[in-house]
This record gives sequence, structure tokens and C-alpha cells, in this order.
Amino acid sequence: MANQPADMVTLKIPRPLYERLRQLIGGTGFRSVTEFATYVLRDLASHPRTAQESREMTEAELEQARQRLRELGYL
Amino acid sequence: MIPPHGGKLVNRVVSGEERDHLARDAQLLPRLQLNQRELADLEMIATGAMSPLEGFMDEANYRNVVDSVRLANGLVWAIPVVLSAKAEEDRKLRSGDRVALTDDAGRVLAVLEVAGCYQVDHEYEAQMVLRTTDEGHPGVQYLGSISPWYVGGTVHLVRRPEHTDFLRYRLDPKETRVLFEERGWKRIVAFQTRNPIHRAHEYLQKCALEICDGLLIHPLVGETKSDDIPAEVRMRCYEELIEKYYPKDRVVLSVFPAAMRYGGPREAIFHALVRKNYGCTHFIVGRDHAGVGNYYGSYDAHAIFGEFEPEDIAITPLFFDHAFYCRVCGNMATTKTCPHGSDDHVVLSGTKVRELLAKGELPPAEFTRPEVGRVLAEATRRS
Repeated sequence: MANQPADMVTLKIPRPLYERLRQLIGGTGFRSVTEFATYVLRDLASHPRTAQESREMTEAELEQARQRLRELGYL
Repeated sequence: MIPPHGGKLVNRVVSGEERDHLARDAQLLPRLQLNQRELADLEMIATGAMSPLEGFMDEANYRNVVDSVRLANGLVWAIPVVLSAKAEEDRKLRSGDRVALTDDAGRVLAVLEVAGCYQVDHEYEAQMVLRTTDEGHPGVQYLGSISPWYVGGTVHLVRRPEHTDFLRYRLDPKETRVLFEERGWKRIVAFQTRNPIHRAHEYLQKCALEICDGLLIHPLVGETKSDDIPAEVRMRCYEELIEKYYPKDRVVLSVFPAAMRYGGPREAIFHALVRKNYGCTHFIVGRDHAGVGNYYGSYDAHAIFGEFEPEDIAITPLFFDHAFYCRVCGNMATTKTCPHGSDDHVVLSGTKVRELLAKGELPPAEFTRPEVGRVLAEATRRS
């Protein structure tokens, strides 16, 4: 799209879904479907794991925690 | 490992490129500055200490908590965790708006995805949560100092609040959980305090440690009332005590960043649930837990746990009565385990302790360890 900022990308969604979202945001503070979709997806992306996995930390998170505990002298 | 409250350890800390993007976006957003309590709450929400909370309470959750000690989804929660409006324009915030949350230096710490703004009745909140509307109560004073308009919504933390103190002791819930696992601890008892640890507290902790694998000494280091002993003095007391009198392989000292509400019974529930999020399975509830003055009965904070099914709290409270040294028994005891009268007990009021320290005298060793007494005496001299 012309004039699209370099750090933005275009996502495609079915038109009926777009229309539904447009109805949903009526009367709210969201100024556009884009803004609303970004809000929802951003929130979803902060919890990327399945219900099973969400109860546990990733190996990287575990090691990061262990490393900090070692640095502080707890381990 | 005990599950967090609600089943999942919340993580609202944004990292990597997403953090950079959001931090850039946030520079263009309207700003809302956090007070000290809100700063601490933000950090605890983001790191999961307040699981299942994902942000500052919206109206539905706030009203449910105030009225029925539960969130809108039915989970037990005792204390409102709210963000107060700071300016007239904050009241106009609507669902879907985004606001940059800042500290008092103007640093953007988080983006709040607004769920809505709502007006509350502080007198009602005080009566329900603090059980008093008396303006001498520090919690009531706090409510009187903030707007009756609250802004609710989820948070995305892009920058941790700046800390210059207790850096070695600032562990997030995921870190305490990993620590307990690494040490092989299954039963971990937490001790909350905003005071130095005297012999009576030490006794409760060690009784609890006899039936648990490890002890988390978790002093509150957020905002307290002006006549409470400063956190840095208390931390020196805890360090001295642990060094000489505690088995170091059984004890973890880490700080609890929350502000004090002085909410007595409700705050006891709050303290217990948050320590569950830190990975603790047991929680010590002593006499007049989180109390102040004479606003609560000595054991109101024990009784409130009986209003819930154990599985709704899911961290085991360990109730202790008033503890003291008994000269006849020759040991520490409580009113439950000592048959002797108060004349045989070494008990000092806070006023008496302050008088002794001001004169450069240490309280008796049956009341407080000399090492703790010396730290307090030195702090009194310098104040």
C-alpha cells in the first residue's frame, strides 16, 4: 500500500469478519478495525502457549531464572 | 509446585522487538503518572505476583472484590488493585483507549489498554475493605488522597520500575518458583512482615519450618506509614538474624515490593494468595496480621480464612497466637502452649522498645536478639 510505514505489514481477513469487527467497535474508543485487531492480537501474542504449556516456563525462561539466581548467589 | 492463583502465572512483561515497538508507540500516547503504590502494583501485576490479575481492575472486578471478596469470575481476591485518575482528562478515558503509564521521572513503564473509567465511593470501599472509615487509619488516609475515579485495563510492561535498593533480594515469582524447585523443596512457608523480626516472630517461623522444607522471609518493602521502621533498617536486621540464627540452606530472604494497606483480615487473604503465586504452600498468620492500632481484633485475620473453602485459597494458613518468652517454661511459647500468666512473660510494647532504643539500651535478649537490637539502636541514634 502506498505510504505504508516501513515497520507495518498488511494482514488479510475475510470481509464478513471485517464487517463484524466494525460493528463491534462502534461506540468504543477504537478508531478503526486495524487498531482493535492490533489490540486483540497483541494481547493474544503475549500468551502464545497452549493451556498445558502456559503452566510451565520455557527452557529459555528457566535458564534465565537460574542464571539470575546464580548471579545473586541463591544457587 | 503449587499452581498460581487462577492456574497460570501471568506475564505482562513485553520483550524484544515487540517491546521496542510498543515503547516507541507509547511516546505518542497520553500519559498517566503512577503513585508509589500503583508503581509497585504494576510491577507485581506484570511479573505474575498478582495472578490472575492482568492489569488494574475494571469496574466489574473492583465492585465484586469490594462487595464479595471475589473477582468477577468467582476467584477469591480480597483487596482492590486499582489505578486512580490523576487529571480531569483521565476521566474521559474509554474502552479501547491506550495510555502510557509513567513513573514520577516521566519514564514510560507500561501501556495500559483501557477497559474503562469508573467512579467509586471511597467511604464505602473503606468500610468494606478496611472495616473502618476512621480518618486515623492509614488506608483510609490513602483513599482520601486519591481520586474517586479509577481507570481499569490490562497492562503491557515495557520497562521495570527503577530500583536502587535491595537489588540482590528482588526475586520475581518465576524466580522464587525455580529456586524452590532447584532446592528440592515441596513445602515452603512464607512469612510476611513490615517490622523487624523479634524472638516471637522467629519462634513462629521456626515452628513452621519444622513442618516445611523451606522458609521464605518475604518482608514488605513498598510504601509504609511514616512511623514504621524503614525497610533498609529492617533488612539489616533480617540479614543479621539469618546469618547467626537460621539454617541458611533452609531460608530464602527476598523482598515483597507491595505497598502496605493496613487492611487486617482482607490483607491477610491478599498476602496469602500473592505468596502462593511466589510458589509458597504455607503462610504464617500471626496475631493482628496486617493490622494497625486497634482497628481489628487480634485474631480477625485468622477468622476470615474460615469464610472460604480451603481449595478456594489453596495455600495453607498456619495460625499462631500471641508469642513470647516465658520465664517459667524457659522457652518461647504462645498463649496456646504456655499455662503461665502474663507476669511470667517477656512482652514489650512498641512504645517501650522505642524508649529503650532511644536511651541507647537494648531490649532484653528474650524479646529480641542482641544483633537485631544493635541495628535498631544504631538506626534510632541516627534518626
